[in-house]
Amino acid sequence: MNYDMELKEKIAAQNSQSVQKKVVIDLRDLRKSFGDNHVLNGFNMRLYEGENLVVMGKSGSGKSVMIKCLVGLMQPDSGYIEVLGKEIKTLDRETLDILRSDIGFLFQGSALYDSMTVRENLEFPLRRHKERMGQNADTEPLVLEVLENVGLAHAIDLMPEELSGGMKRRIALARTIILKPKIILYDEPTSGLDPITSKEIIELMRSIQKKYGTSSLIITHDVDCARVVSERMVLLVDGINYAEGTYTELSSSNDPKVEAFFKK
Amino acid sequence: MELALQAKKNIKHFFTEIGELSHFAGRFFREFLKPPFEFKELLRQCYQVGNRSLVLVLVTGFIIGLVLTLQSRPTLIQFGAVSMMPNMVGISIVREIGPVITALICAGRIASGIGAELGSMKVTEQIDAMEVSGTNPFKYLVVTRILATTLMLPLLVVFGDLVALYGSALVENLKGDVSFQLYFNTVFDALSYGDLVPATVKSFFFGFVIGLVGCYKGYHSKKGTAGVGIAANTAVVMASLLVFVVDFIAVFVSDIFYEL
Repeated sequence: MNYDMELKEKIAAQNSQSVQKKVVIDLRDLRKSFGDNHVLNGFNMRLYEGENLVVMGKSGSGKSVMIKCLVGLMQPDSGYIEVLGKEIKTLDRETLDILRSDIGFLFQGSALYDSMTVRENLEFPLRRHKERMGQNADTEPLVLEVLENVGLAHAIDLMPEELSGGMKRRIALARTIILKPKIILYDEPTSGLDPITSKEIIELMRSIQKKYGTSSLIITHDVDCARVVSERMVLLVDGINYAEGTYTELSSSNDPKVEAFFKK
Repeated sequence: MELALQAKKNIKHFFTEIGELSHFAGRFFREFLKPPFEFKELLRQCYQVGNRSLVLVLVTGFIIGLVLTLQSRPTLIQFGAVSMMPNMVGISIVREIGPVITALICAGRIASGIGAELGSMKVTEQIDAMEVSGTNPFKYLVVTRILATTLMLPLLVVFGDLVALYGSALVENLKGDVSFQLYFNTVFDALSYGDLVPATVKSFFFGFVIGLVGCYKGYHSKKGTAGVGIAANTAVVMASLLVFVVDFIAVFVSDIFYEL
């Protein structure tokens, strides 16, 4: 049986198993080009409620473009994007902002606001979403709670420039979860970190997923990260979902393009 | 042939830039009128803009007043018109030199600062982070900064003018034995609304273009740290050039207005 047939059968089997599960992200035939560079060529993907899905691909393969299209930071050339039952393309700014409060986004470089303290960084996402908690709600307990979750309660009044790379990533993670999102999107969560800090971040991701029951979409090219956090994986090659399966299934594949990801 | 192609490319780039800047200005007016309003950030930016440039404006203003008087004195003495010094210096500073010099200093200081700040926020994905957290970054970052420069520049011009006149009065006091009171009385007698109103109005426009260009360059800076430097640099060049264009239009319009 060739690899395509095998893959199709697996996807069909997974789909039938997932009938009961709610789809929280549905991407269909996503296409995006930058001039002559066709980054996404009909990418398809589904994320189910409570699932940890890892999308792996080489640098420049379009992983970050795909994740940015998901939250409306970038417009795809064509394709269908549905998040939590809403089609992104049809939403006005206000509805999109409300939907975004259910989606946490951990940026590759942490993206902490330079001019604000850690406290202000964490309070910032709460400004527009205070209606969820009431206008006069005290945000301090929420800020302290997320900081304790990432083990950095002592850093509350520090500026981002005073933090190490690992601390910045933890604070960014705290900012991501402060609105208690239903989905968390991780864009290269371990890139630029040393192996020990990477492990700490991975552990943190797992504990957060356990505590808040979020669905996670993790974009990475770090095989160790994928092995530890993934329940299911999608390999993004040549702009399409080239292969899908569990870590064990994909890492034992004989397909040269799949093998290339797992070679030490 | 190559020269012609390059010229064609430059002209196309120039008009594209003008078009994009106009579109950016249009977006500013649309977003500016829509709630929610970021008052706290606006106040913070007003403080930043004022604080960032005040000392520089004061020092430059003082030197300009001093130098202008020292340079003009011998010629006015030659024509027996040294008593006209306060009138000449007062009108030239209030109508032209004060607003333009202050605007140029702010173009260098504020436009480059805004360009570099927004450029680095863009490169480090802070603007994207703001967007996904449900805050409109254009309103929060751009609208507040443009409003702050528009509101603060006339204030800086007033301070700059006063210090320049003080510098001029100091020279007259030391060299011509003219009291400060007499000097300032003569200056204010010589000034009319026709001098003050156009100068103040054009200062608002100077502030607007400085904020607009700084934000436009920073907000559209290309990826990478080199892009941040380019954004800051081109913001200064473009803002300075636009200050002169706005000045020309303002003088032209006020001339027509006063002829009627």
